[in-house]
Parts: sequence; structure tokens; C-alpha cells
Amino acid sequence: MDELRTTTNEHDTTQYIVIKIGEEQYGINIAFVDNIVRMQHITRVPKVPAYLKGVINLRGIVVPVMSLRLKMGLEDDEITKATRIIILKNEAAGTIGIIVDEVKEVITLDNEQVEKVATTDNSPDHVNFVQCVGKCGQDLVSILDLNAVTIEKE
Amino acid sequence: MDVSQYLEIFLDETKEHLQNLNTQILELEQDSENMDTVNEIFRAAHSLKGMAGTMGYKRMQNLTHDMENVFSEVRNGNIKVQPGMIDILFQCLDALEGYLAAIQETSDEGTNDNENLIKALNDILNSKGGSVEAPKKEEAKEEAPAKEAQAEAKADAPASGSKEKWQEIKLTDTEKDLYAKAKEEGQHFYGITVYIQESCILKAARAFLVFKALEERGEILLSKPSTQDIEDEKFDFDFSLIVVSKDSFDNIREAIKSVSEIEDAFGRELTDADFGGSVEASEEKTEEAPEAKEETHVAAAPKAPATTDNAAKAGDKKPVAKPVVNRTVRVDIEKLDVLMNLVSELIIAKNSLVSSTSSDDTKQNSNFNEQIEYLESVTTNLHESVMKVRMVPIESVVSKFPRMIRDMQKSLNKKMELHMSGEETELDRTVVDEIGDPLMHLLRNSADHGLESAEVRKERGKPETGNIYLDAYQDGNNVVIEVRDDGNGIDVEKVRDKAISRGTITPEQAENMSDKEIIDLLFLPSFSTKEVVSEISGRGVGLDVVKSKIEALSGEVEVKSKLGEGSTWTVRLPLTLAIIQALMVVVGNEKYAISLGSIQTIEDISPSEIKLVQNKEVIQLRGSVIPIIRLSNVVEVESTKSPEDNLVVVIVKKGDRLAGLVVDELIGQQEIVIKSLGKYISKCKFISGATILGDGEVALILDANALI
Repeated sequence: MDELRTTTNEHDTTQYIVIKIGEEQYGINIAFVDNIVRMQHITRVPKVPAYLKGVINLRGIVVPVMSLRLKMGLEDDEITKATRIIILKNEAAGTIGIIVDEVKEVITLDNEQVEKVATTDNSPDHVNFVQCVGKCGQDLVSILDLNAVTIEKE
Repeated sequence: MDVSQYLEIFLDETKEHLQNLNTQILELEQDSENMDTVNEIFRAAHSLKGMAGTMGYKRMQNLTHDMENVFSEVRNGNIKVQPGMIDILFQCLDALEGYLAAIQETSDEGTNDNENLIKALNDILNSKGGSVEAPKKEEAKEEAPAKEAQAEAKADAPASGSKEKWQEIKLTDTEKDLYAKAKEEGQHFYGITVYIQESCILKAARAFLVFKALEERGEILLSKPSTQDIEDEKFDFDFSLIVVSKDSFDNIREAIKSVSEIEDAFGRELTDADFGGSVEASEEKTEEAPEAKEETHVAAAPKAPATTDNAAKAGDKKPVAKPVVNRTVRVDIEKLDVLMNLVSELIIAKNSLVSSTSSDDTKQNSNFNEQIEYLESVTTNLHESVMKVRMVPIESVVSKFPRMIRDMQKSLNKKMELHMSGEETELDRTVVDEIGDPLMHLLRNSADHGLESAEVRKERGKPETGNIYLDAYQDGNNVVIEVRDDGNGIDVEKVRDKAISRGTITPEQAENMSDKEIIDLLFLPSFSTKEVVSEISGRGVGLDVVKSKIEALSGEVEVKSKLGEGSTWTVRLPLTLAIIQALMVVVGNEKYAISLGSIQTIEDISPSEIKLVQNKEVIQLRGSVIPIIRLSNVVEVESTKSPEDNLVVVIVKKGDRLAGLVVDELIGQQEIVIKSLGKYISKCKFISGATILGDGEVALILDANALI
């Protein structure tokens, strides 16, 4: 039995949604994605960090939206037709939307295809958003660590 | 037997019984001669015992059993109620609550036998009662109704009149026909009333077993209540049947009694007289049927009123205070929340319909508009009804306070009395659940800090017994709960000194603070003026907790005090939490909602009227100076208005303080559904939530209280 289990584990796969921010590709574990919606009017909320863009109405629920670009320290979003809001569901932190430049595809990666990356920057201010990198054919996809993205730094 | 599925019901009912016992024993303390109270206590204790026994909680059962014994002696006049006994009884109730808490958490009653309490109860029995032996409950119970029955139903079926409720069953022509036929076939008709033990929790199941037993021996023609009602447990502890069988009555009765938890069955064989005298007359039926029916009624009449009368009286004496027909339903609060959400969605949808019709200038057919208006009134009513369903009287929280004050009277060594009014005032369930602790804090505060000791009161020429009042009433869209005492009041100087010595404020600051501001310092965390830290209050946690708890419910708390005369704590709570009337305003290009409850007036102010006081902008309005707050600065947007334009100022009120909020434009009044902003955006103090407008856009709700 045990042997069987380990062999199946090795071949466990995870699905990722591939998004683009600037030129880089990122993967988001599909298990945490509740929904993907088009860009819509965001109501600004005063006195919050700049990366929190405001709130949207998601079918009757008020959901906060953050800019992944601003959170990562890139320049502000440029809203295009391809811009999407990905609604993430996180037990601990509640529902939140993140703005991305483009949603490309859904890929299935074997757990063997995902490799941990070691961070080179050890300064305390640095937040590491990427924990692993997935190899999808010729492309490399950085897998976002959603906890690092969504949990607020106190 | 697996009883886990009944655990919830057991917990609920036990709580009710315990609360009932608390209230009744308090009453007993006031009026130890009142037999009604004693009876009520006895019944509650008895039901408790039965329930605990059924659920297999032996320790709980033992304790209640001994309590019941004491009460039954009291009832028989063998023991007089004494203060010491009341204390022990209260301790018993606390012990029972302890069991209950343990059961609620672990579904096990724990291992505390409370032997000392049981011993104390037995001591009471032994010392005063003479005979420890508890009289059998059935005897005592039967006596009373039986006597009445004898007195009032002399003519008819004297001794067992009240027991044979089956006589209330109306016999129709069909039964008459059957009776005639059955008689020819040598079958007997029986009228039977079956009594189930009051401790039984599966009444319907027992009734079913009785039915089954009877059907083996004959046929059940009629039942009261109906079979359906019996299956649904819609009956008290008895039901009546008309049975046709070849067996003898005694056999049938034995069959019924062989079912467990059946207390007894009464009845007799039906005779011609029960069918209105002559059976033959009814055989020529059809056209004369209505008349014949009349006859039956008349014939049955002399019996029926007498028996119903007695039955009603006997019913009054029933231990469980359940109405005969249970008209309430216990609903999971989550289901109500879902319903509430749906209603909220409906209101949003309605608002969007309203806004889309009003934005169209073209004259639409009036019928459409009428329908919209109709829809509007229906949704408003629907909302109100749903809100009402969620409303519960605050009685459930405040009813435990008299007991608390009584206990404190002893521990604080002060004489005091609690007067309550408006217990029936209703509040949203969620608010009621939360309000208990803050109110308890305020009452304790009044009892401990407020009221003086009896000696001091005497010196000051006040009656020795201090009074604490708890008044609740509805005031517009708010519910106000006042905790008032006629004690010492708050010593402002003392608070001031304390605040300075603690470094909360500097002496300079203290100079400039009004008495009211000083008193408000009491609500700061860890601020207690009582020198002696007592068990009851004075640990410095309390008032700040009270304040934060009440504010979390979007309520507010205020205190007014007069030194030497007492203080009044006023808690003001919103009636509803989810949907409010709001004024929609525009600031910059953004829409905001301000709760209508806090708005006093809306003023048009020219820029020249704005004066500067201490570098703050104020206006004079009808004699009072009001600070103004420019919302565009608060929410950090560019105002769309030029500085020369007249200002639209919304005057808001918090307690007795006013402030003017400068907005760019008014949109109008609207019913809005409050939505939470979620955990990410909780730091913004003056935004209390968000709402979804008719066009699907999100607007933020400004909390005027936080701005002032």
C-alpha cells in the first residue's frame, strides 16, 4: 500500500493559471482561484496602502482589489482590454482580487517539474513572492506564493 | 439508547427551565407563602429531572431529584421556606448550570457529584420535614384535578371525569353506523384516553407503539388530536381514541399500559347513550343527517362542557409550561442570515430598477411605474418582516440580572434593589447575544461603585436600600437601554486627580477639560477609580470593554452623573444592523453614504460664514458653534467646487456634539444594505462599510461618529 501511495504522489499534478505581469509569466495554483473577472470600476478606499486599489462588487459581495504590480514594486497598472482581476479565496485572509495584465492559459505541471528556488536577497524588507519555478516546455513559469502576496505586512 | 440527536433540544430546554427556576426562586424569596410559585418550581425541577434522566445524566438527575423532594415537602406544608434554604437552592442551580456547561462542551456531565449540596438538601428534609420519604408525584398531582372534578362535575362521571378526555371526541353518523353494525357482530366500542409519562421525550414514538398495540386487537376509528398531529408530536401528554375491538376493555387497557413510558389509560365501553340515545334513529339517515348530527351534539352536550372545563383546568396544572399547540419554530440563525442576504439582494435589485426608470426621461407607461412602486412597498414590507423574525426580546438577557444583584447584595454587603422595565423591547438576535456582558458590567459598576453602603446612605438621608434601574425602550430607529442608580454619582475631581496621577492627562490638559470630558476618561482602557479592588469590579477592565463592545455593534454609550444623586448610563443601539436609511452624497467624484440616523440637518453655508477658532474652521448655526470637517480632505480627493461657491454642510450629531460635514453634492435618501469591506481594509476608521448601489457600483459608508 505504502509503495503505491508514494508512486502516485510522485505523479501528482497541480494545475496553474498562467498570468502575465509585464514580460514575466507567473503561475497561480488553481485551487486558490475563485474566479476571473474583467476589469471593472473600482471604488477607491481612502487611507489605505497604495497597492490596495479599492473594492469591487462581485455579485453582491464587496471584494477588495490589490494591484500585484504595486505590491511587487513595479509601476502602476496600465489598464488594457486584456487586464483581468483574479479573485483569490484564502481561508485565513478572506477573499481578495488581484489585478494582472493578462491571463494566458491553464497549465498542468507534474510536481517533478516544479523546483524550489533559493532567494538571494536576505534583507528583512524583501518579500519573496516566488518560491518555486515550474518548467513548462521551453518556458519558465514562476509560481506565486499566494500567502506572501495576500498577507498584509504589519 | 442513542440520544445525541436530542442533545440540542435538551440543552435549550434545560436552559429555559433553569432560567425559570431562577426567576421563580427569586419570587419565592420575596413571597415564601405563594403556592403557585412553589408549584411552578416543583414542575420545573421535575421536568429537569425527567430530561436529565432520559439523557442519562445521572448526577444531574440526582441533584434535581433531591431538589424536587425539598419542593414537594414545601408544597405539602411540611417545610417552611427559609433564607438559608434559598441560598442552597441557588447553589444547586449554579451546580446544574455547571453540569450544563460541561455537557455543552463535551456532551458529558463531568464527575462532580456536588455531594455537599445533596447533603444540604437532605439536611433540610431531615430537620424540618419529618419524613424524608418523598410522596409519589402522581398521587399529589392527581389529587388536585380529581377534587375539582368532583366539585364541578357532580352530575357526570364524577371521579374520572377529567381523565376521560375522549368524551370530547365528536361522534358522527359514520361512527353511528359502524357502531350499529359492530354491535351486531359482537364488537365493542371503547373510548380511551392515554396518558404518557411527562418525562417522556419521544411522545410520538410511544403513541405509535400504542397505536400498533391497539391495531393488533382491533381498529382505531378516531383519535384526538388527529393521527397526523400525534405523529408530529403536536399533543400534550395525553391523547384520546375511539377503538372498536372484540377484546374486553381490561385487555385493551393492559395492552396500552404494556408500552413503556405510558402512565395510564382511562376509558370505558361506549353505549347507545353515547350516540345520542337511539342507534336505530340514525340508521334511517341521509336526508335527516344534519338533524341527527344536531341531536348527537345535544346529547353529548351536558357531558362535554363539564369535561372540557375540567380538562382545561387539569391542563393548567400540567408541569411542562408548553402550550397545547406549539406555535413557534426553532430556526437556525444561519438560515435567517441567508434569508436576510437574499432580501438584501432583492432590495439592491429593486433600487437598480428604480434608478433605471427615473433616469429615463421619456414618459414610460404609467402601469410600469405603478408596478415598480408596488414592488418597492412589497420589498420594504418583506424586509421589515424578515427583520422582525430576527428580533428577540431582550428579556432573555436581562432576566438573569435580578439574581446577579441579589448575589451581589450579599457579597458587597449593601442593600439594593433592581427595577427593570421594558424587558419586552426587541432587538436583533445578534445584538441581543452580544449585549449581555456590557449590561452586566454596567450593572455591576452601579452596584459596586455607584451605590453607597447602607450607613453612608443613612447619613445622607437616603433610604437604606439603594435602587438600580434598568430601563429599555425603543426610540425611533434605536433601542435605548438605561442603567440608572441613585447612588453617589461620579466624583469628577477624583477622576481628574486619578487621571493626572496615572499620567493619562497632564494637569494643564485637566484644566481645560469639561466635566463631561473627564467622565469620558472612565471609558479609557485600564482606568478604575475604585480604591479597593473587589471581586465584582474594579479591575480596570470593564468600561473600556463595555464601550468597545457596544461600538462594535454600532451603538454608543454615554454617561450622565450628578455627584451625590447618582448616574445614568445610556446605551443606544441600532435596531437593525444590515439595512439602513442613508443620505447619498458626492465628494470629489466619489459617492459616499452617511447614515440618516446621525444626520440632524443639511445647511447651505456661504464661505464668508466660516470663522476660524483655534485654527479650526467653525460655523455659527442657530446660536451654537459647530466645527466643520471638509470631507474632501478626509477622503483625500479634490473637491469639484471652487472656494467661492456656497458649501453644502451636512450637520451630524454624536451624543450632544454636532459637526458639519462639507460635501460637494447631495444625491438623496436611499435604503442601503451594509456590506463588510473584508479583512484587508479594516484600518480605515471612518469607513464603516460599503454598499452596492443600484447601478452595481460600490459606495463607501462614512461613519459620522468616527469623524467627530
